[in-house]
Parts: sequence; C-alpha cells; structure tokens
Amino acid sequence: MANDQLATLIDAANAAVQGATDTLTKLDQAIGDGDHGLNMARGFGAIVEDREKILAKPFGPALQAAGMTLVMKVGGASGPLYGSLLMAMGKAAPESEPDRAALTDMLGAGIEAVKKRGKSDRGAKTMLDVLIPVHEALSNGADIDKVRQVADDAAEATIPMVATKGRASYLGERSAGHLDPGAASSRLLIQTVCDVIEG
Amino acid sequence: MSQSPPTVGLVIVSHSSDVARGTAEMARQMVGDEVTIVHCGGNPEGGLGTDVSKILEAIDQAWSEAGVAILVDLGGAETNSEMALEMQPAERQDRIRILNAPVVEGAVMAAAEAAGGSPLSAVQATAEELMGQP
Repeated sequence: MANDQLATLIDAANAAVQGATDTLTKLDQAIGDGDHGLNMARGFGAIVEDREKILAKPFGPALQAAGMTLVMKVGGASGPLYGSLLMAMGKAAPESEPDRAALTDMLGAGIEAVKKRGKSDRGAKTMLDVLIPVHEALSNGADIDKVRQVADDAAEATIPMVATKGRASYLGERSAGHLDPGAASSRLLIQTVCDVIEG
Repeated sequence: MSQSPPTVGLVIVSHSSDVARGTAEMARQMVGDEVTIVHCGGNPEGGLGTDVSKILEAIDQAWSEAGVAILVDLGGAETNSEMALEMQPAERQDRIRILNAPVVEGAVMAAAEAAGGSPLSAVQATAEELMGQP
C-alpha cells in the first residue's frame, strides 16, 4: 500500500460511502439516531476536499491527517471513532511502504484506539465486531477473498446481538434483530480496501 | 486592590443547539455573569449532532485558570468532548473535566457551585452527586 493506492482508496471509499448513505441511514434509524449515513458521507466528502493536502504527506501521516478530518467534520460519534482508527493506524505505519504484516499491525493499533475511544470491545454490537474478526483473519493468513467473507459474516453476526454501547444500547433487547450500522460501514470500508489492494 | 479568584468555566455540549442554549440560559439564571458559561450544539451543518471544532472553540471561550467543566448529553457529545479534551495543550488537560451528570441539572448545580469560587473538583463532585441519587 503506497500513496498512489491511497489516492485510489480515498476516491473508492468516498464513492462507497456516498453510495451507501441511504442504507446506513436506514440501519441507524432502526436502532440509533439515523445520522450515520449522512455523517459518514460528510466525513468522507471532507477527506476528498482535503485530498491534495492529505496526499502531500507520507503514507502514515496521510492516514493521520485523514483521521483528523473525520474527527473535525463528521459531527457524530463515528467521527472520533473512525478518526481515531485512522490516526492510530497512521501512527503505527512504517516509514517504508507497509507490507501485509505492517498493515495487519496497523489495523491492530487502530482497533485498540477505537476500543479506548468508545470504551468498548467485541460483542457490544459495534464496528469492533467487524474490525476485530478481520484483524484476526489477517493475522491468521487469510487471503483477500477470505477477508471479504469474514467482514461480511462478522457484520451479519451483529444482527442477533443486543447492543451495550452507543445509542442502540438505549433500546436494550429491542436492538436485537437489526444489523449494526457501524458494523455495516466497517464492512463496506474493509471491502473497499480489499478492492483497492486487489487493483 | 484585590481581584476575586477565577471561577471554573462551564461548557454545555448538546446534540441540539436549542438544548445547549436553553441549558446555558437556565444556569445563567442562577449565577448571572459570575461564571463563564459557553454552549455549543449541532453538527457542522447545523443539524442535530456535536462538533469537535465547536467544542474546542467553546473550551477556549470558557477557559479559566480554575479550569473548565464540560456537561454533555448523549454518547457522541461525550466522545467528541473527550476528543477535544485530548487535543488541548498538556498544561490544560488536567484542568478540564467531563462531568458524569445530566446536562441540564448538572449545569445548574455546577454553575451554582462554581459561582461560590469552588475548585474544579468540588464543581465536579456537586454535579455528579445527582447521579448517585436513588
């Protein structure tokens, strides 16, 4: 993964998020406050606006800058959560072009930052329920199709879960039976990264 | 000529700009201008939500040597306030507290405590006592 791929990734992630705005909004209307689609669209739109400034930096600092854009522009909890993910991943990035092992470690660092920011962990019906299994699959040598599959299965596996974090937790048992919007956006972004890496 | 010691400043963060403004108004009714109370609410486009850059500005406006107490409503307000706190210079960070108290009642209690010249820890304790009540 190098900066030319990062440029592709910025556009692909933005296109994916803009395309999924209504879907994410509907999921969030079911168990949250209904702003996840618009918030993600606003955040990734802002990354595209900051594109030149972000891509002028080396890979790690570029990810950190993209994360900071999400923090400042999203206007919901997903800003600091996805922002912290990217900022921690950027901070953990090597100076040389990151290989698979480095990307796996970066994702691990990002997950730790999301856990800390959200005071959460696996099983609370959040984005972590997709990110953690994906990280495990990467650590265990999964190929790209397997990673896609794991992300998809993990997102679907949030449906029966009862939320214990975020706005959905106010619904208690009634949060079960719905796909978590954060898990859905994480699946989307993981699959977008897979697409870009595959080229 | 003696100068009165600085009082703790308050920042009210709500998803709704109307709630934030109304809460600040209720707290000011208690304490007048003895305490600096700054409110912010709404996402960057003016809809419901919270905005880290607005929270950063509010902390600057409310800043006092005695520190700043932040009242938040729901999850995202807390997450965004924590983010804003961590973006503060190191020398400020231990003088900013995000209170675990209901936003309206907490703001009124915190303002009343701050107006008496209490330190940040006492302002926090008074507002957070609300959470301990049956």
